[in-house]
Amino acid sequence: MTSRRRRPNRWRNERQIRAGTVLLAAVLAIALPGPWLAPHDPNALIGAPYGPPGAGAWLGYDYLGRDIWSRLLAGGLSIFWMSIAASILALAAGAAIGMLSAYRKGAVDQGVVWSTDVLFAFPDLILVLLVVSMLGRAPWLIVLLVAIAFLPGVIRLSRGVTLGIVEQEYVDSARMMGFSSAHILLREVLPNMITPLLVQFGVMLTWAIGMLSGLSFLGYGVAPPAADWGLMINENRAGLLVQPWAVLAPVAMIALFALGTNLIAEGIGRINARIEEEA
Amino acid sequence: MPAASPALVVRDLRVDLAPRGAPIVADISLTLAPGEILGLVGESGSGKTTLANALLGYARRGTRITGGSVLVDGQDILALTDGERRAARGRLIAHVPQDPAMALNPLARIGGSLSETLAIHRRELPPAARAAAVAAALADVGLPNDPAFLRRYPHQLSGGQQQRVLLALAFILRPRVIVLDEPTTALDVITQAQVLDLIRGYCREQGVAAVYISHDLSVVQDLVDRAAVLYAGRLAEVADSRAIFAQPMHPYTRGLLGAMPGVDRRHALSHIPGHAPSPGQRPDGCAFAPRCARATDLCRATEPRLTEGVSGTFVACHHPLLQTPLERRTAQPSTPAPADRPALLTAAGIDAYYGANQVLFDVGFSVQARQCTAIVGQSGSGKTTLARALGGLGSAVTGELVIGGTPIGIGSSPRARDLRRRIQYIFQNPFRALNPRQNVADNLVAVVRHFFPVSAQEARERARAAIARVALPATVLDRRPGKLSGGERQRVAIARALLCEPEVLICDEITSALDVSVQAAVLDLLMRLKAEGLTILFVTHDLAVVRVIADHIIVLKDGRIVEQGEADAVLDRPAHAYTRRLIADSASAAELALAS
Repeated sequence: MTSRRRRPNRWRNERQIRAGTVLLAAVLAIALPGPWLAPHDPNALIGAPYGPPGAGAWLGYDYLGRDIWSRLLAGGLSIFWMSIAASILALAAGAAIGMLSAYRKGAVDQGVVWSTDVLFAFPDLILVLLVVSMLGRAPWLIVLLVAIAFLPGVIRLSRGVTLGIVEQEYVDSARMMGFSSAHILLREVLPNMITPLLVQFGVMLTWAIGMLSGLSFLGYGVAPPAADWGLMINENRAGLLVQPWAVLAPVAMIALFALGTNLIAEGIGRINARIEEEA
Repeated sequence: MPAASPALVVRDLRVDLAPRGAPIVADISLTLAPGEILGLVGESGSGKTTLANALLGYARRGTRITGGSVLVDGQDILALTDGERRAARGRLIAHVPQDPAMALNPLARIGGSLSETLAIHRRELPPAARAAAVAAALADVGLPNDPAFLRRYPHQLSGGQQQRVLLALAFILRPRVIVLDEPTTALDVITQAQVLDLIRGYCREQGVAAVYISHDLSVVQDLVDRAAVLYAGRLAEVADSRAIFAQPMHPYTRGLLGAMPGVDRRHALSHIPGHAPSPGQRPDGCAFAPRCARATDLCRATEPRLTEGVSGTFVACHHPLLQTPLERRTAQPSTPAPADRPALLTAAGIDAYYGANQVLFDVGFSVQARQCTAIVGQSGSGKTTLARALGGLGSAVTGELVIGGTPIGIGSSPRARDLRRRIQYIFQNPFRALNPRQNVADNLVAVVRHFFPVSAQEARERARAAIARVALPATVLDRRPGKLSGGERQRVAIARALLCEPEVLICDEITSALDVSVQAAVLDLLMRLKAEGLTILFVTHDLAVVRVIADHIIVLKDGRIVEQGEADAVLDRPAHAYTRRLIADSASAAELALAS
């Protein structure tokens, strides 16, 4: 009866998801096969430092005279897999901890809440910088640290949502019938928190992209000779006025990547929320 | 009808869904004299709240008032500008909402809420006169008006007191008309009876006309002068209260009354087949025709107009029942428990705590097999705590529980899976009882495979059989709960319980969220299951429902059993003063008149 009223909304969401998909696809079409498509070795010094765009290098050359286009193609893979890995890790661990904490209640829950508060009080970037500067800049370590930085947010979210769901009578019903806690958490609780988790995943992905490029920019991410979007911004910022493409191209890629993931996550979240509303 | 000029005249009022123009309510015409109370009765989806809002010139988002007029004291509310209408609300026509806990600002003190209304609508009043008006309004609704009370916050009041504050808010500007949207639904029977008395007295004394909206015919019965029955957005019947209950003319009204249980006698309930169509899906011709036994081709082709039937009563039906008075079949009386049979379920010495408060005190009783035992009490009596403890939930509960000779853990203490299977529980709110993310089949199959070592195929077969057993079509198996009505969901919940092959079925107020005609169908189903050998523990505050279904009654007050016995005996000859009071407040005056 209200489908008419909802239609413009749904249409907008679909358009939003479509736009996000187009953006993401464009970025991924560059980032994923990029390392193999690069016309030049991304580390080969083949032109004049800050050389202008021209034949053979249509975005010009960077501060050492390397081909910007080739470095752009080669420099997206690391940020792509690292941001997704960090977000998935944070989501999985955070949802599990949050759900268990809310379901068990009591001292465990209190401990989890306090721990997240402590982590919250710690600035994310500082935490990551501190550990990276001590232990080195291995990619898996950076992924782990970014995931840990995101963890309290996911725990808070999933804990709060779970607290609401376990009050529902279908959870009481499963308890009365003696279903195991694992069954209750996986079959009754988890499916009903997909929407907020999806939205949170999109937000985290965007943050992760920003944080990872920030780390590279600060020199704590991927090690220098390698091509990396964040690193490229840092390397070439001195020549911003001479050869803007060396900075603008990676900035644009990062922005489009973040925007695309965000549009998709938000659109899916809204559609899911509406399905729930109809339920 | 008195000769005085009418307080409220509604003509051809129509509210549409905004974009498409499907009517939610249409062709509504009503006239109310000063001091008259009109009951507006309808089931969920009939458009009664939309109509109530339209009387104040308000349409919810997505709806639009597209025609007609609402004259209060000769002034058309719908013709006013927004600003004028805001001023008119409260002064000419006031509204009392359904849920008092939601309607009061939790951060505003009672005195503040009341004097704010005056500050907005009667700015000319000096502070002293304002304080006097607040005191008078509180006195009108039987609340104290000392400074300590005025400083209280809503959460410091009981539900009944909160509803009285809302009534005071409606009364304070002395409106000509009050629209009450199910103001007692959230209250228990005793408080409800007090609030109804208050509304009745106030309207009579002050000459205020009232439109009282309700899904509950028994509430309307002794409150109102006239009743209007709303079906699918149109008036099906308008008649004075006595006439409509003694000789309803519209088949729908008859169906509703046939589905209404009474506390005084054990009636056989009838229920209306099918369910009411939602706006936009209403059939051509009479909207009730698909559910009506008297429907003819004329009904399916032409919509009946509201015309005068017997003197002063109006009915919208091509084939009204003009001569036949309503007859209600008397049902079998409750069966006394056979003395020689041991009890199936025995509870002894149950204590329960909620935080530091004890909510159950040494509760003990036994339940006979193949009987329906009702646990009756008001909100706060501990009946749900008790039911949940029997069902296997609740941490701070102690006591003994034996089923069929086997001791079984109470509350959330460990229970063997097979013992859990033998006691099943149906929850009050069908909208929260099923996981919205699983379709019905998955919901049911998981339960079967939890208790029985059967193949997925066999589990699905059992689920299909259970759905058929609760009289639902097999198509619901593929649907998610969101696509089902409240009655359908409650049947699915019952099917889920039946799949466990239980011996005892605990029903916690399972019909209180349902419309009266749907309730009749669910009660019918429970009685059939009982006849098939199921033992039922029915927890409720509704004594009329108890009269229909129960063989044995346990009356719970403040966590203690105050009376128990065979159902008809307790209801006909209550021994405890509290039981007598419950019965008196449940029974309507008209019902008692009919019985005598």
